[in-house]
Amino acid sequence: MVRYIARRLIYAIPVMIGILVVVFVLARLIPGDPCTAILGEKATPEACARLNTQLGLDKPITTQFVIYIERFIQGDFGNSIRFSRPVSLILVERLPTTIELTLLALIIAVAIGIPAGVISAVRHNSAIDVTTMIGANIGVSMPVFWLGLMLAYLFAILLKDTPLWLPPSGRLSAGVSAVPFFEAWGWNVQPDSKGFKFLEFFANLYILDAILTQNWALLGDTLKHLILPALALSTIPMSIIARMTRSSLLETLGMDYIRTARGKGVPERLVVMRHALKNALLPVVTIIGLQLGGLLGGAVLTETIFGLSGVGRILYEAITARDYPIIQAFTFIIAAGYVAINLLVDISYTFLDPRVRLQ
Amino acid sequence: MASDTATLPLFPESETKGKDLYRSALGRLFRRRSALVGMGILITLVIVAIFAPLIAPYDPEQVLIGVEDVKRRQAPCIHLLGCPKDQPQHIMGIDGNVRDQFSRVIFGSRFSLIIGFTTVGFAIVIGSVLGAVGGFVGGWADNAIMRVMDVLLAFPSLLLAIAIVAVLGPGLINALIAIGVVSIPAYARVMRASVLSTKENDYVLAARSLGSSSTRILIRTILPNAITPLIVQGTLGIATAILDAAALSFLGLGAQPPTPEWGSMLGTERNQVFTAPHLVFFPGLAIMLTVLGFNLLGDGLRDALDPRLGEKGVVPK
Repeated sequence: MVRYIARRLIYAIPVMIGILVVVFVLARLIPGDPCTAILGEKATPEACARLNTQLGLDKPITTQFVIYIERFIQGDFGNSIRFSRPVSLILVERLPTTIELTLLALIIAVAIGIPAGVISAVRHNSAIDVTTMIGANIGVSMPVFWLGLMLAYLFAILLKDTPLWLPPSGRLSAGVSAVPFFEAWGWNVQPDSKGFKFLEFFANLYILDAILTQNWALLGDTLKHLILPALALSTIPMSIIARMTRSSLLETLGMDYIRTARGKGVPERLVVMRHALKNALLPVVTIIGLQLGGLLGGAVLTETIFGLSGVGRILYEAITARDYPIIQAFTFIIAAGYVAINLLVDISYTFLDPRVRLQ
Repeated sequence: MASDTATLPLFPESETKGKDLYRSALGRLFRRRSALVGMGILITLVIVAIFAPLIAPYDPEQVLIGVEDVKRRQAPCIHLLGCPKDQPQHIMGIDGNVRDQFSRVIFGSRFSLIIGFTTVGFAIVIGSVLGAVGGFVGGWADNAIMRVMDVLLAFPSLLLAIAIVAVLGPGLINALIAIGVVSIPAYARVMRASVLSTKENDYVLAARSLGSSSTRILIRTILPNAITPLIVQGTLGIATAILDAAALSFLGLGAQPPTPEWGSMLGTERNQVFTAPHLVFFPGLAIMLTVLGFNLLGDGLRDALDPRLGEKGVVPK
């Protein structure tokens, strides 16, 4: 098993190097000059030259690449051109929003998708199966941004003045604020230390922070703001998971060992839940891992619609403003995260499926 | 059914066998209600796209100020549903630039079909050449091609498409190129897998021993067997391509106003969703129905072209 994991890890290295190269090249290929983007159209050539020296943009492209790799390995993503702040700080502020959004979306997708798929498979060809599959087909065809806007209209306007009202944008209501858990616990952390960034990252996961500080008003408000974007984002993966669970379970239920289990008198419920589902969920795990890429892409759209300042939105803004350091760091983080998740999925197979271990 | 598939690879030149197989696949396709619904949606869409100038009551770019007594972002007016007869009928309302929304949605069908077919066509051609070369030649070429595909797959497709459009500049053509490039790896993988699974078959060996050149073997013997998964992947790929293109246009990176493209129509009016929801609802519904059509047909094709399935469902990958 260790050899299997080691092989998967080694296999990921060339992909990561490829990602580094692609990210660097893409950021450099974006047309336009960062100087005019920062200093404006009327910037003098002297001012531009000074700025380029300051940013290291006057060095040969190969030197820039080497510096970029060296810094990345050290976890130094440079300063944002637009905000004149370390990219790592911006990452600490923005990444938690996207993580919360995508995780909640994934939880909704799994929590509804898998049971829906199981019911469909068990009641194969029944009315409930047909309805679920029609729903799944519609769900998989739904443009995320359209669904988001329609949900916002439904819950913020049509259901206004009802208990079902939900806010159409933002991350917190006015007047609600999050106290970082380390401050609430009275820890003395220097704001410029590495540990501060680390703790700040977790404190910016408002759901986690609210639970740690037992601030239930904050928890409620965060969830209220997050539920609509997460719901919009979850429809496509939910539909895919439901379809995959259904077809995989149907396949498994037709196997000989299931007939044996039924033959020896195991109750149908146990046959499905214990004997069939365990094996049927294997391909579903792969699909869940693959969906995360789509979720991160969809996050650009949902964050734009629901006014959440997460990774997707800042990346989109950085591309239009030619903010190289942000583009590089954020694209790299997303792609690397995606590779890491798929690696985890591969490794989880060794626990879920002993056959993989033996190969 | 099973005997058909078993004998097919042994007699690849046998026309009658091939025809029988396709006829039975077509029969299975027509027996699937969901595939029929998908086909119905798509046939309607094609008819609407072809006859758009006849169906649309107005020119999609005609501004109605001074032509009719209508207001900006006016709600739909349908005579059958009780809208006063003295008011001009606009079944999907008026958009932010005082144009007939229904006519724009009708003309949008043309863009959506063009987007779907061109991007997927582009990706299939490039992807299958890369996949076929990789699978057939093997060795370092295969390794190099597939590692590049792995890197492309490591980026969420929409984000990579956004980055490519940022490099090329916003616009419909550049958005199409971006989505095409992003879709290449899927087809390269499908093609490579088919080539790998067919190239060890006896009939390929037979062709080789008869003195066929590698190119001939690839084109005449291996490719026809790889077409089926490509058709399925392509139909489902069109659905994804339309969704991604609409998303790019929504973000202002694809089709630019005043082009009546659904994503762009949605994007320009998105801030008005609370005051004029009809301007967001109808283009989005059109996108959804189109994508649904391709998805249903794609699923139906996959089930029909794979006789191992019977009536049960999807074969695990």
